[in-house]
Amino acid sequence: MSMIDIRNISKWYGQFQVLTDCSTQVKQGEVVVVCGPSGSGKSTLIKCVNGLEPFQKGDVVVNGISVADAKTDLPKLRARVGMVFQHFELFPHMSIIGNLTIAQTKVLGRGADEARERGIKLLDRVGLKAHASKFPGELSGGQQQRVAIARALAMDPICMLFDEPTSALDPEMINEVLDVMVELAKEGMTMMVVTHEMGFARKVAHRVIFMDAGQIVEDATKEAFFGQPRSERAQQFLSKILQH
Amino acid sequence: MNYHWNWHVYLDQVSAGDERYLDWIISALGWTIAVSMSAWLIALTLGALIGTLRTAPNRWLVAIGNVWVEGFRNVPLLVQLFLWFFVVPEFLPAELSRWVKQDMPAKEFFTAAICLGLFTSARVAEQVRAGIQSLPRGQKMASLAMGFTLPQTYRYVLLPMAFRIVIPPLTSEFMNIIKNSSVAFAIGLMELTFISRQMIEESGQVFESLLAATLLYTICAFSANRVMTYIEKRTRVPGYIAGAK
Repeated sequence: MSMIDIRNISKWYGQFQVLTDCSTQVKQGEVVVVCGPSGSGKSTLIKCVNGLEPFQKGDVVVNGISVADAKTDLPKLRARVGMVFQHFELFPHMSIIGNLTIAQTKVLGRGADEARERGIKLLDRVGLKAHASKFPGELSGGQQQRVAIARALAMDPICMLFDEPTSALDPEMINEVLDVMVELAKEGMTMMVVTHEMGFARKVAHRVIFMDAGQIVEDATKEAFFGQPRSERAQQFLSKILQH
Repeated sequence: MNYHWNWHVYLDQVSAGDERYLDWIISALGWTIAVSMSAWLIALTLGALIGTLRTAPNRWLVAIGNVWVEGFRNVPLLVQLFLWFFVVPEFLPAELSRWVKQDMPAKEFFTAAICLGLFTSARVAEQVRAGIQSLPRGQKMASLAMGFTLPQTYRYVLLPMAFRIVIPPLTSEFMNIIKNSSVAFAIGLMELTFISRQMIEESGQVFESLLAATLLYTICAFSANRVMTYIEKRTRVPGYIAGAK
């Protein structure tokens, strides 16, 4: 069974169609990279997976639960789907450990000690244990993004969504974040990653999805995508970003 | 200028009874503080609620918030006070109306506190709304993505930051409420303005009477300012760009 099953979703902002009949599946343990030019709908698509962006047609089924179904308890579903954003979105008024424990206690109902222990363990894992009592504004972008990944992992997610996790980072900080993501992928986490980091895609992705103008133009294995993209649009895109 | 200063007037006995003017002033200060603090409590609570409603993803809630804010800020405060004092009681159910008009204790106080509280709540609501809307859209998304419900998102993520951001304008509002409480003299609440006028009539010492009121208003407003500045310092977020000096 697919962990994430995107079924023919379409979305409009007023008259303007941003997603057109998009379908794909992400199997358990699979890493899927979504790429494409800006404005192609990649971020919108990934935000449909946990219902952050509503869509008008189609459905997304995550671990057997329909996102479009009005009866679905969306907060409960989202608590199990980790998400990492371009601009980190740590909560600035909470300490780093506070960021890691708040949802564990308020959403999952874990005890304070258990949540803290889990939080410290994950901070250690991303190499930031020493910063537990600092505030987000006191960390670098790369550190903040690693905290954001740890924060998502603290909820014991069944899959992880990454929305351009390195696009807002200074070049020298990109790798520290990618390293954490590569490790996560190797451990078998199911991941859907919107990114332009083709090195990351080559290293850990199983499949690559290429989007353009709100449509999934290409959905292929990594080898097929980098070896011989079928669509002309994907060929152009690749030749542009792989030039240097 | 031909004015006869009398700095002893504060200790003089009022014409009727054995109180001194100072006793009047102290009691008046008490009413001013009581009205201001009660009104501020109402304004903060309702302002936070209405400001939040105006950012809710539901047009009916937004509409309620809009009507509230525009209603209370488009009518002069003094007119609102008269409406609450003279008009609203007429529209209450018969029993309640009679009780309000005849037996209600400290009627002037409650009317002034509610009126001033509601008036100011509209202004606080606008500030809270501005604070919420100044936050990056991703904050709400990140919170929802972690499984928080929308009310939890406001409670734990949006409002704590929004309030920090709008502490400076809220400070002005807190100081305003103390100064605005002076309109309550118009319905006969014996607060500072009322008593200073009374003192002028009884003693004839215009300057001393007004000076007392002026000084006490200034001290109260400045104290409010200090309290808010203290809160601002205590809640400053380390490393947050808006908190940097």
